[in-house]
Amino acid sequence: MSMTQPQWRGNEAELIQSVCGGAREAFYELIRPYERMIYATAMSVVKNSADAEEVAQEAVLKALSNLAGFRAESKFSTWLIQITYNEAKMKLRKAHAHLYESIDDQQQSEEGDFWPRDFADWQPIPSELLEQNEIRQALQDAINSLGRIYREVLVLRDVEQLSIKETTIILGVSEATVKTRLHRARLLLRDSLAPGFDGCWIKGLTYRKVRPW
Amino acid sequence: MGTIEISCVEVWREISNYLDGEVSPEARERMEAHFKVCAHCTAVLDGMRNVVGLVGDGRVFQMPDGFSKRLQERIQKLP
Repeated sequence: MSMTQPQWRGNEAELIQSVCGGAREAFYELIRPYERMIYATAMSVVKNSADAEEVAQEAVLKALSNLAGFRAESKFSTWLIQITYNEAKMKLRKAHAHLYESIDDQQQSEEGDFWPRDFADWQPIPSELLEQNEIRQALQDAINSLGRIYREVLVLRDVEQLSIKETTIILGVSEATVKTRLHRARLLLRDSLAPGFDGCWIKGLTYRKVRPW
Repeated sequence: MGTIEISCVEVWREISNYLDGEVSPEARERMEAHFKVCAHCTAVLDGMRNVVGLVGDGRVFQMPDGFSKRLQERIQKLP
């Protein structure tokens, strides 16, 4: 089968119209810019690559069959990511609910303040480090070590760079909740990466641990 | 100078919102005054900024090899 698709041109609204008008070949062109987002969203919930891919495929097919019902009240990307997120949660429910954190994960206390644990003096980390597999893996592991509610919000906001408003729509929580969870997620991630950074992120640099108490 | 001093704890509480530009101009001013004199809070801010920059780079969640091809095939196989 040939992967060379006819080149569909036009903006998103036109592509949506084409697909709804029967040109299903245009559908991949429509979702192509969001593939990585779809995958990352699925990963943030199910945490493993094979499951995330399955979720991504199911979500995309669902988006195709529901496309006629898409109303441009929200952005297409938000709608697509929301479908993916719901599909991923459904997968957790169906397959592994008893093994994973509780689906709604609300037992994890969100009350009270949360403080940083590490006061290492960070140097800017060059992004070229991400060329290294082990560095990317370390980051993924650190993200995966977060509780699900923190991981989801971090992936939507900081990996996918969605706005706070878009994040509230997808997760179905308030703006204040998004902000609180993101705050904790970032602090937790920073804390969990600091020791690695201290010892092995960049060889040859020394970091001063500063603990105020 | 009329900037009201704030504690480390108050800075930490808002540090993520500060990075996102989600604090009031007054709070921003107070936090910036605090960062100038507090190495610990600056370390927390720098670390958080680093982490946010790294995860936002786009290379962290790389799709598995063949992901796009399999997705296209799945769409094409639909009846």
